[in-house]
Amino acid sequence: MASALINVPAKAKRGDIIEIKTLMSHIMETGYRRTATGELIPRDIITSFTCRYNGVEIFRADLFPAIAANPFITFFTVAAESGKFDFDWIGDNGFTESASASIAVE
Amino acid sequence: MREPDISTRRQFLGLAGGVAALGAVPMVTLRPAEATPAMLATAIRSVVGTAMVRTGKVKLDIPPLVENGNTVPMTVSVLSPMTAEDYVKSIHVFNEKNPQPNIGNFYLGPRAGRGQISTRIRLADSQKIVAIAQLSDGSFWSASVDVVVTLAACTDEVI
Repeated sequence: MASALINVPAKAKRGDIIEIKTLMSHIMETGYRRTATGELIPRDIITSFTCRYNGVEIFRADLFPAIAANPFITFFTVAAESGKFDFDWIGDNGFTESASASIAVE
Repeated sequence: MREPDISTRRQFLGLAGGVAALGAVPMVTLRPAEATPAMLATAIRSVVGTAMVRTGKVKLDIPPLVENGNTVPMTVSVLSPMTAEDYVKSIHVFNEKNPQPNIGNFYLGPRAGRGQISTRIRLADSQKIVAIAQLSDGSFWSASVDVVVTLAACTDEVI
């Protein structure tokens, strides 16, 4: 079962640069490994990750098989206003997961 | 009817000996599940187009000696004021010897505050990693690091 870990500061001063850390549990099967009988294991990865801050996209990533299992991505943003961060992961075989976190900006 | 076979074998051996004597023929090995420097160059071209990529401004933080290639921490930071006029548009990371030359594309904007991203990657071999950043003025900057991997993220692993 997929699950997300998000780390966003609960409070920040306006204009502060804050770090956002995200982790999504996912096997990230490369599509290059084989079973004992020699069959190729089909690719199963997360291909896209986006973060929206009060509806506006502030960060996006295209992921490839070279991203380690359980993709961990950190990035920064400026705390502009109180509100919500929405995170979306999209992947192979119809994988979609989302998570959100809120922040209070003083 | 063995005569033609023998003469073919003789011709072959003679030819092989001649090639060995020349000594300057490069050994060609077939390694399908591996990106080549040519693939790396193509992958970079597909991102930057015909623009020039300069060295500098980008810092690629990755351990030079990696024990486990299955999960390698990596941080890319770009020197930029991150204002509305001057910011990092995107960061692209490539490798030389994984089955695919791409590692990840990261799209930032003026609201990022800091031109920096971190993630964990897989490395199938000791190789060169290249990070390229596109700034808002359209210029490309790069940094590369050579990494030695002790235990590769094995692509041929049997499970």
